[in-house]
Amino acid sequence: MTLTQAEKATVVTIWAKVATQADAIGAESLERLFSSYPQTKTYFPHFDLSQGSAQLRGHGSKVMNAIGEAVKHIDDIRGALAKLSELHAYILRVDPVNFKLLSHCILCSVAARYPSDFTPEVHAAWDKFLSSVSSVLTEKYR
Amino acid sequence: MVHWSAEEKQLIASVWSKVNVAECGAEALARLLIVYPWTQRVFASFGNLSSPTAIIGNPKVRAHGKKVLTSFGEAVKNLDNIKVTYAKLPELHCEKLHVDPENFRLLGDILIIVLASHFARDFTPACQFAWQKLVGVVAHALARKYH
Repeated sequence: MTLTQAEKATVVTIWAKVATQADAIGAESLERLFSSYPQTKTYFPHFDLSQGSAQLRGHGSKVMNAIGEAVKHIDDIRGALAKLSELHAYILRVDPVNFKLLSHCILCSVAARYPSDFTPEVHAAWDKFLSSVSSVLTEKYR
Repeated sequence: MVHWSAEEKQLIASVWSKVNVAECGAEALARLLIVYPWTQRVFASFGNLSSPTAIIGNPKVRAHGKKVLTSFGEAVKNLDNIKVTYAKLPELHCEKLHVDPENFRLLGDILIIVLASHFARDFTPACQFAWQKLVGVVAHALARKYH
């Protein structure tokens, strides 16, 4: 599923707004993930996952920075996330199903903070974009 | 039988009490058809679904969205008895409508996103947890008689 030019433009435009609250959105998305899908906590036994924890905020920022990189290089997401793709395939080995769960929580956080911007078209473009990112991150798994 | 804590029931009820069922239902169904276009396959008789604008304005989509969410409301009112509440719907979706149960999961998640956009910061992670549980239970109840 490749992004159309219009979808890429939509993603880039919305990112400009989202980036201003990237850290908060990252932390909130993870909080939603661990709360709605407790099984995802199994990947973070070494973390303090309480609300507002420094590790949660730090990791949320990491995730959003990576998404920002993908936006910046939206014509070559595979190239931009090559190292992360290897990390997830060989070291982290997060089960692919979890990328959908985190993507869903990111969409919830963005929708909650930018309701008037989050039109159906924007929703569709971002769902597809996060799906692309997820594909890239899992494509070296086997 | 699903167990609901008092907190979960309260979170579900308090959100539901503020939902405009017609608007929310229409929006959720429209977004399903826009974000996951392959779901349009079961709505061939609905007329013009050629663009997001067409889908959002389509009166059949709006009416059906309202119908679906009204039915969802029955589950909200009968949390302890969802299976009984939805006695006939599983057969309908399997034998008459031929809907892939995956669509129930997709619509459930879309509904959550619509709620997040309407209730913003009030749709807390705890709220989302209760509602994810509810949409999961509803999807499961609808899918359980498939054969």
